[in-house]
Parts: sequence; C-alpha cells; structure tokens
Amino acid sequence: MLTIAGRKFRSRLFGGTGKFSSPEVMKAALEASGCEMVTVALRRIDLNNPADDIMRVLDRDRYLFLPNTSGARDANEAMRLARLARASGGGEWLKLEVTPDPRTLLPDPIETLKATEILVKEGFKVLPYMNADPILALRLQDVGAVAVMPLGSPIGTNQGVLTRFQIEIIISQAQVPVIVDAGLGAPSHVAEAMEMGADAVLVNTAIAVAGDPVRMARAFAMAVEAGRIAYESGLGAVSKDAAPSSPEDGLGFLR
Amino acid sequence: MFTIPEFPALQEAVSRATEAEIVQALHSERPGLAGLAALLSPAAEPHLGAMAKRSGAITSQRFGRTIQVYAPVYLSSFCANRCAYCGFSADNIMERRVLTFAEAEREAMILHQRGFNHLLLVSGEAPAKVGVDYLEEIALRLRDRFAALSIEVQPLATEEYARLFRAGITSVAVYQETYDREMYKQVHLGGPKADFDYRLESPSRVAAAGMREVGIGALLGLSDWRAEGLALGLHLAWLRKQYWRTGLTVSFPRMRPAQGEFKPLQPVSERNLSQMIFALRMFDPDVGLYLSTREEARYRDGMIGLGPTRYSAGSCTAPGGYGQEDAGGEQFEVGDSRSLAEVSSAIQKKGFDPVRKDWDAVFQIRGDGQQAA
Ligand code: SF4
Repeated sequence: MLTIAGRKFRSRLFGGTGKFSSPEVMKAALEASGCEMVTVALRRIDLNNPADDIMRVLDRDRYLFLPNTSGARDANEAMRLARLARASGGGEWLKLEVTPDPRTLLPDPIETLKATEILVKEGFKVLPYMNADPILALRLQDVGAVAVMPLGSPIGTNQGVLTRFQIEIIISQAQVPVIVDAGLGAPSHVAEAMEMGADAVLVNTAIAVAGDPVRMARAFAMAVEAGRIAYESGLGAVSKDAAPSSPEDGLGFLR
Repeated sequence: MFTIPEFPALQEAVSRATEAEIVQALHSERPGLAGLAALLSPAAEPHLGAMAKRSGAITSQRFGRTIQVYAPVYLSSFCANRCAYCGFSADNIMERRVLTFAEAEREAMILHQRGFNHLLLVSGEAPAKVGVDYLEEIALRLRDRFAALSIEVQPLATEEYARLFRAGITSVAVYQETYDREMYKQVHLGGPKADFDYRLESPSRVAAAGMREVGIGALLGLSDWRAEGLALGLHLAWLRKQYWRTGLTVSFPRMRPAQGEFKPLQPVSERNLSQMIFALRMFDPDVGLYLSTREEARYRDGMIGLGPTRYSAGSCTAPGGYGQEDAGGEQFEVGDSRSLAEVSSAIQKKGFDPVRKDWDAVFQIRGDGQQAA
C-alpha cells in the first residue's frame, strides 16, 4: 500500500482527465485503470457547475480528486487558482503545476518552490510537478510537499524515463513518495519507473489518445503492478560482464 | 524587430523543393524552415495523404482528442480603412453600427446561454468608435461570465494591450493579411492599416504586453499561399524565440464573398488550404490552429482530427446579429451556419471532445488574490 499524507492507495497508477475523446471514454478508461487518484485541470472544469462535463462523470467518492494548476505561469497565479478551487469545494489536495513556457510545459523550479512553501502553510497537501532535479526534490520536501512528481520526459512526448539517473537519485534520497509524471508513453516505460523504485506513476496522454483507451488503461495498470512486484522482489544487478553460472569456474588452482 | 524577407525570395524557396527534401521533411521530428518550404511546395502535393496522417498524429499527441469551440461577437462595422477585399471597407456604403455596452453584453449572453465559454470580440478598425476604453469596459463587463475573451481589432500600442490584459482579455489576433509587401500596398488603399510594418510588429507588442496568446494569419486569396505559409512559419519561429512565455495560434481565413464584389486574386483551393495547415502543424507541433465558419461544414467535418484545434460555431458576422436575425451588414458570408450543438455533435461523431472551457478568468487577475480594476 502506498501512503501519501496519511491516505492509503492500493493502486500506484494515477490517472488524468485531459485529452480524452469524451467524458464517457474518460470514465471507462479510469475505471479500467483501477486508479484511485485522478488529476483534473482547474482551467477545464467549472467547479460551481454540477453539470460540468468532467465533474458529472467523476465519482468523487471513488477517486481522490487532485486538482492541478495547469496554465499557471507563476507562483501567484497557481496560488490564486488553488485557493479558488478550495473555496469552491475542490479540497486541499493539489497538484502544483507552474509552467511558464506554453510550448514545452516544463515546470519553473523557482516559482514552484515558492508556491509550495506558501500553500503548505495554508494547509494544502501539495504534490509539485517538477523537473527531475534531486536537489529541488529535497528542497520541496523540506518545505512540506507531501510527494514529489518529477517528469520522465517533457509532457505528452511519450519518450519514457529520459531523466533516469536523476530520478534514481531522487528515489534514493526522498522521504516523501516519488511519483513519476509526464512523458510515460508506453506500459514498458511505467514498468521501468516502477522497477527503479518509484512509488507511483501518473499517466494521461498515453491512455487518452490510444486507439482503445480502455484496454490501454488496463495495460498500464498491469505494467505498474509488474514493475512494483519486480522492485519489491529485488531485481538482479546489471553487469557488463557475463556472469559464469558456476562462480568457481577458472579458480581451480586455489587451495 | 521582426523583418520579413522579400516575397519573391519566399516564393523561390517554396518552389524548388526536391522529392528527397519532401520525403525527409515528412519523416523528420522537426522539419525546420527548409522542411516547411518543402512541404508547402507544389512537388509535395502528391504527398497530401501522408501529410494529413502525420499532421493528425502530431495533433492528437499534443492536444489530445479535443477541439476547442468558440464564437465571435461583432462589436462594430465602422472602419477607417479602405481594404479592397472587405465588406466593412470605408468605401462601401452601408448602414454602420457600433454596439452599446448593453447591446454587446446582450449578444454575449445569448452566446453564453447557447453554451459558449470562449468568445472572440471582433470589430472593424475605427479607434474613434471602438477604442481601448470601449474594449476595456466590455472586457470588465464580461470577464466573470466567460472562461476566456479574445479580441481581433485594430493594432494597438503595447501599453494598451497591457491594459486590456488586466481587464480580462486573454489573447489577441492580428492578421497580416498578406506578407507580400507589394500586394499589401495594392489592396490597402487608405487608412492607418496601409502601414505594413506597424502591422507586422503588432504580434510582438501583444506578446511584450504579457498577453497569454497571440494569433497571426494571412488572408488566403490575396497572394501566393505557399509563400504566405513560409512567412507564417518565419513569424512563428521568431515569436517563439523572442517571447517564450506566449502561446501562439494561426488562422487561415480564406476569402469569402463580401460586399464590394472583390474576387480572390489568387484562389486557394481546399486542397491548398489543407496542405498549408498540415505543413504548419508539422513545422510547429504546439501551435493552436483555427478553422472558422468561413469554411463549409463538409470541409470542416473532414478536417476534424487532422490538424486544426479550434472551431468556431454558430457564428454571425454582423454586429447585433445574434439578438436580431435580420441585423444585416455582415463582414462576410459564413460557410457553415450550424449551431454549437450541431458542430459539437459532428466533432463527437469523429471521436473528439468539443471543449467549451479550457481557460479560467482567474488566471487573468493580477496581484495577490485581489481583483484588478
Ligand atoms: S479588413 Fe479590417 S481594416 Fe480592412 S476594411 Fe475590413 S474591417 Fe476594416
């Protein structure tokens, strides 16, 4: 079981709600994924409107609702959005995204740290989306982030865990859960992240734009599970030299 | 400052592509300007199917299976310019009107009730009638009821754009009409718009003012569309470098019948238009692409999923036309007169989600928690 800020999750796959062909397909894919936490872009939903397309199909008892601040260019905008969401019943969990470059959507480390610090003091449970920078992960943890969400590669690129060496360092140091987010384009990518010891992964685009999003969601769920079991079972070490099956081969001269 | 190469040089660049260059551009992640020129060339025409496929795949990847929908509100038909191709030209004798604040609000609320959340406010270029004070007041009146407000009006100064941004305007479109300096001179017969360079620099001023998004475009039918496409690519690339915080969009207004009986000087077919859209998508995977109701329903439906990311719907191009069916005085005739519900259902039938809200006015309010103004 994964615990974040005192809340337990059976599934280590977190879902998204953007880019789906319809709210109904989104709902079916989320169900097939088995996920218990879903992120929702605050800019896409109308929190005050129960007939809002996304809110209508999302069962708030079934999923932990993780509003995100996508679209925010700086700490102020993100904080404003967070407060507004909480005031209209969005809860205190927050995926903090501060992405000043609308093209790459890469997170701004300085503004992200600033906003995390303030929002934590205001009582939010902040999960910051961040570049895979180990020191930044520690700094975010120090100011009270309840998890960190380093990117595997730029959002929507499907390139997998290109930031592998940094994520390995983050995992080895973090005291809060590490959720690999963004760029995970195939089940094999999430299996890789989970084998490395990530606590969870968040997948949106790869499921939403798949030919069959529902079956793809299932494939991702299985890969997350496989990767986690492999990690817990202890993977063999990687070596460039062939390992002799009898370790004593060639040592017959020893007395 | 952005400078545009002489048009004949652009024409030359898009005419000489070899088969090998086209194939390379088709398979490249980042075709670059040379690749864009190749994809716009006549020699690329036989590859239209492959271009459509690539363009559709990139669009899905970057934007998902979604299409944003919006509607224009025409605020005024007054215009100080004499553009040979436009129904609003000062040369045309017609009844002109500018909506009062109450009328503009009423038009907007009709669209709100029809389900629109993103509005584009449009006017002819008559600063004395529709100046920055007028636009600011309208923005302040509408900002809390809509997710996003854009404008397409006369070019303004940087400080004026900044003022409108604070008032709740999210994005600004300023089309160059044509990047062909000679042709520009020929069709802009009088008025402030005749200043090619001031217009060319407008998108930079929009971005410098901190606007979220700037839209550019060429009016298709005035000059060689292939060279216009390359010019658009150059303009996009330059804006991306200078203003990395600003989102970019491109529109493809194809000339429509309008009062004044102006005939397109260089007709652009649907195949041509498609080639241009696919080429720009491959050149810039993240640019928002508009396909307006100037085009016919059949064509718009066919293009769903192949590149464009924003569709207008239920549009009327006459000021006051939503509240008053026979308002008259349209800027041009629309090619797709379907309602939002009809366009949305066409989008859904193609397996896409018509998105009515993809922004929130709260982003716009400057200062910590307090509302501006
Ligand atoms: S194109 Fe614009 S500036 Fe020119 S006449 Fe028409 S409304 Fe006026």
